[in-house]
Amino acid sequence: MIEVKNIKKSFDGVEILKGISTTFEKGKTSLVIGQSGSGKTVFLKSLLGLFTPEEGSIFFDGKEYKKLSTAEKRHLRTEMGMVFQGSALFDSMTVSENVMFPLRMFTNQSVSEMQDRVDFVLKRVNLVDAHHKFPAETSGGMQKRVAIARAIVMNPKYLFCDEPNSGLDPKTAIVIDNLIQEITDEYNITTIINTHDMNSVMEIGEKIVFLKNGYKAWEGTNKEIFKTDNESVTDFVYSSDLFKKVREVYLRELED
Amino acid sequence: MIYLENIGRYFLMLKSVFSKMTKWSMLRNLIFKEIDDLIVGSMGIVCFISFFVGGVVAIQTALNISNPLIPKYLVGFATRQSVILEFAPTFISIIMAGKVGSFITSSIGTMRVTEQIDALEVMGVNSLNYLVFPKIVALSLYPFVITIAMFLGIVGGWLASIYGGFSTSADFVQGLQIDFIPFHVTYAFVKTFVFSFVLATIPSFYGYYMKGGALEVGKASTTSFVWTSVVIILINYIITQLLLT
Repeated sequence: MIEVKNIKKSFDGVEILKGISTTFEKGKTSLVIGQSGSGKTVFLKSLLGLFTPEEGSIFFDGKEYKKLSTAEKRHLRTEMGMVFQGSALFDSMTVSENVMFPLRMFTNQSVSEMQDRVDFVLKRVNLVDAHHKFPAETSGGMQKRVAIARAIVMNPKYLFCDEPNSGLDPKTAIVIDNLIQEITDEYNITTIINTHDMNSVMEIGEKIVFLKNGYKAWEGTNKEIFKTDNESVTDFVYSSDLFKKVREVYLRELED
Repeated sequence: MIYLENIGRYFLMLKSVFSKMTKWSMLRNLIFKEIDDLIVGSMGIVCFISFFVGGVVAIQTALNISNPLIPKYLVGFATRQSVILEFAPTFISIIMAGKVGSFITSSIGTMRVTEQIDALEVMGVNSLNYLVFPKIVALSLYPFVITIAMFLGIVGGWLASIYGGFSTSADFVQGLQIDFIPFHVTYAFVKTFVFSFVLATIPSFYGYYMKGGALEVGKASTTSFVWTSVVIILINYIITQLLLT
């Protein structure tokens, strides 16, 4: 479980996060949504420890991050997996080497043990014939799957995904969403996803946190988001006619 | 003010580079890869330039000796002194600032832009040690490159003198041997060793701390070349003042 208490973060005097508090539960897929510039990426990078908030605290299973020693922080990092927006695969390494990287860096496993684990996770993300390809030789969807494989290869407790669907076709986006949710359930991971994708919100958002101008404007589940009358949320989520109609149909079905 | 801030940040970067070392088995592979990229990959251009600039130094010296009282062995002497004292260590280092320096800045800068450095940090890897330390170790072999540059520069001068009809082989070789001060070679290698550190770290600094996209990677490479060259020239002056006066 990750607990966030009143975190604030500024850059060059401009306050990006203005005191956000929320909780992300274990075994659930939580989504952070909001317009571009609402502070989603800064929020996610603050959780990852890439940015240090000026105020507030972040607790990982009850342990306050800023009070951990350097060694404890380093250990905690090995329990985190991250899927970056652009996948962030290492260009000079093959798919197999990318996935094996954390194992080579942090474990003393033999090459055959590492290879077995790599084969297992690549199979888990439905990539079986890409071991020797370089990232540049693979499609966007494959790169995302490799990034997910690399993120879960160390059996993380926490999985962070920054817009995992960006740049993907709708079908591949659904495949990636489902894969993340399956992995979250299967390994009982605390998963946090930054997204703009309303399909993801409707499909896998067991918890949704809506950010606006650096504040948490709303939070709830993907069922509650249909019923909310919070103007900021409805303006953002139901900005298209299609989603307005989806909402109407959903609410009508609920009344019936 | 920004210059002072950058200098401070550069030294903080160096502190991080030498802390929390990456696992040796990983580091060893990275060092060999960097030796291949930075040292072996530069040999061709260094050999080519050294050979021909050595030849040009010999020709220019010969053409400027019009007084018959000046001995012909001066061509060999001037070539040796120019090549060992300045051309090989300093001139080649400026070329390397362009070749190796821009490669380092653009490769690290691209990793920054594509969030690969963030990926390393999230995994708990000391990205500065992982990226910069192997480059420093690999470039510690840079004095060997300069040794070859010195040799080829002198060979180029020797061949240009003989086949250009400016001097005989005997005269040139006499010039190479006359008034030879072994400390000049030591001085050249001291400079080279310091330059190798500058060549590894300043371009890494500009790549690592760059912000923006592809355009900024290009700008960072240019800035890195300018500052690496400036620092090499300044250090060259300081070391010359300290060791030769």
